[in-house]
Amino acid sequence: MRRHIDRFWWVVIGLTVTVVIFFFLSLLTGPAQISTVEALTALWTSENEAAQLVMLEIRLPRALLGVLVGASLGLAGAVLQGYLRNPLAEPGLLGISSTASLGAVIAIYTGLSAFFPPALPLLALLGAFVAVILVRLLAGANSHIMTLILAGIAVSSFANAMTALALNLSPNPFAALEIVFWLLGSLTDRSLSHVWLTLPFIITGWLLLSSLGRALDALSLGEDAASSLGISLTRVQFLAISGTALCVGAATAVCGVIGFIGLVVPHILRPLVGHKPSQLLLPSALGGASLLLAADVAVRVIAPEKDIKLGVLTALIGAPFFLWLVFKTRRQVL
Amino acid sequence: MIRSKSSYIKVFTDKTIRLVCFCLHIVIVFCLLTVTQPLFSQEGSADTNTGALTPKRVVSMNLCTDQLAMLLAGPGQLLSVSNLTLETEGSVMVEEAQKYKINYGLAEEVFLMKPDIILAGFYTTRSSIALLQRLGFRVEIFPLAHSFDDIRNNIKKMGNLLNRNERADELIRDFDNALANFKVDKTTPAPLAALYYANSYTSGSNTLANDIVTAAQFKNLSSHLNLKGFRRFPLELLIYNTPDLIVTSQKWSDAPALAQQSLQHPALVHLQKQSGLFPLADKYWICGTPFVTEAVRNLVSMREQLTKPRQP
Repeated sequence: MRRHIDRFWWVVIGLTVTVVIFFFLSLLTGPAQISTVEALTALWTSENEAAQLVMLEIRLPRALLGVLVGASLGLAGAVLQGYLRNPLAEPGLLGISSTASLGAVIAIYTGLSAFFPPALPLLALLGAFVAVILVRLLAGANSHIMTLILAGIAVSSFANAMTALALNLSPNPFAALEIVFWLLGSLTDRSLSHVWLTLPFIITGWLLLSSLGRALDALSLGEDAASSLGISLTRVQFLAISGTALCVGAATAVCGVIGFIGLVVPHILRPLVGHKPSQLLLPSALGGASLLLAADVAVRVIAPEKDIKLGVLTALIGAPFFLWLVFKTRRQVL
Repeated sequence: MIRSKSSYIKVFTDKTIRLVCFCLHIVIVFCLLTVTQPLFSQEGSADTNTGALTPKRVVSMNLCTDQLAMLLAGPGQLLSVSNLTLETEGSVMVEEAQKYKINYGLAEEVFLMKPDIILAGFYTTRSSIALLQRLGFRVEIFPLAHSFDDIRNNIKKMGNLLNRNERADELIRDFDNALANFKVDKTTPAPLAALYYANSYTSGSNTLANDIVTAAQFKNLSSHLNLKGFRRFPLELLIYNTPDLIVTSQKWSDAPALAQQSLQHPALVHLQKQSGLFPLADKYWICGTPFVTEAVRNLVSMREQLTKPRQP
């Protein structure tokens, strides 16, 4: 036990250092040729106004959103896997991100968010909420792995189709092209206003989800055992559903759907911290943040002027991993 | 009772099947007739036209060829222009276009007009063009104009096709005169202009927009940074290079979209406190027509405003 705790803190420290490194790499990567020293001084002083504008208004929000969104997706993935006791659970695969994206699309393209900015995260959150409940209802309480995934596929393909429909119906000629952003996600040219808009929702979501540690440990013994240990199942359900909806909804509202992070990160970290779900929450959040920041740096390094969507890169890592996972679980289950 | 009911159903289904077959038969015969009949008449009209140099039934399927054709065609020559020419955002000749039949770029409607020449642009629906070519129509595709020279060449080509070479020469002369007559103060250094459109796109060197900006004695930031053609331009580069003027395209729709959010980014709003933001009407420069001189005129007057306060 003692050794496990030591190892847990080493993992946390290691991941924190990784997040900090990638955060600074994200700040230093970009098409404008700003030197490292110039970039870092521009964050505090206003000697070079153009550099300061680039750093504070373009690169800083991008890096901050990378941390917020990545951590949200990693944490939500770890919680969903523990709560549903299902190794394939993930916001993207369960359709939660897709419905959140649909909510955001409705908020933006109807013009609602122009009059009332918080409508954007609120509608996305509502979309995410509906998806979690739908998937839970469709798959039942003690669901088979595949039932849950199938329910997720149904929800996400429906939400994606509705997103496409909403964008096609918009009279703006650019709207139909923007489906790429909503299905694959991007952090390009987001601003500090996006950070402020999502921050309260994401922080609340983090608090709700991280309070679940002990309950998730108990749940790993089964629902009956958990309730005999004094865990209120309805309370856990409420916390898990609303926490996920808050995190994933707000993140998707400003960055679109970014898949696979919630799936890959907990799986990579589980062997390092042991199989107790509570031990996995903090490392998964940190791991999610590092992975998203790394992907966002890579997007800018590989093709600076092409604006490759983040979802492309996370799918490149995530899809083969997912296939391997399906293969492995099939062997275990069947 | 049961037997009679089932036999009734049988008779009913037999009858329906026969009825459906009959209807299908009629539909097929009708289709064959309508498809083949104009084909024959088309061949006939093609025969009569081979001798004559001047086309009489010209159909244009593209916003840019529409406007060139309207500028050049003789009376009665041009039959139809595309629906885009009726939209004030993109077209300079909305009123003029109302004199002609309107087509929506569909092969079927163009086919029924029995044109002797079809004018199309580079981006006109490829499938419709391929179909019309296969049906034996003469389709002339006009390349995109990347420079003032391309405009002159397209005018010449159009004049040649319509057998209106004199009118084409006249148009080119007017165009060159208009360009030469702009009085730009060349003693002041050329201000730096950045072309920045919705979705973070810009025009670098080898684009019509670049020629327009340069004709108004501006330096184009994108070509200054060695960017070529129509391409993405990261907001960061725009902010970091602090241009004197940001030239944007006009808003195409009041409906919200992310594409226009890139024009509302706080960094860009902040930059506008130093640099002017100038929305240039798309209709003057979306196509390579002589109307680009209007775009140059707008930019020249903007340049005067920019350079005036610096003079004592």
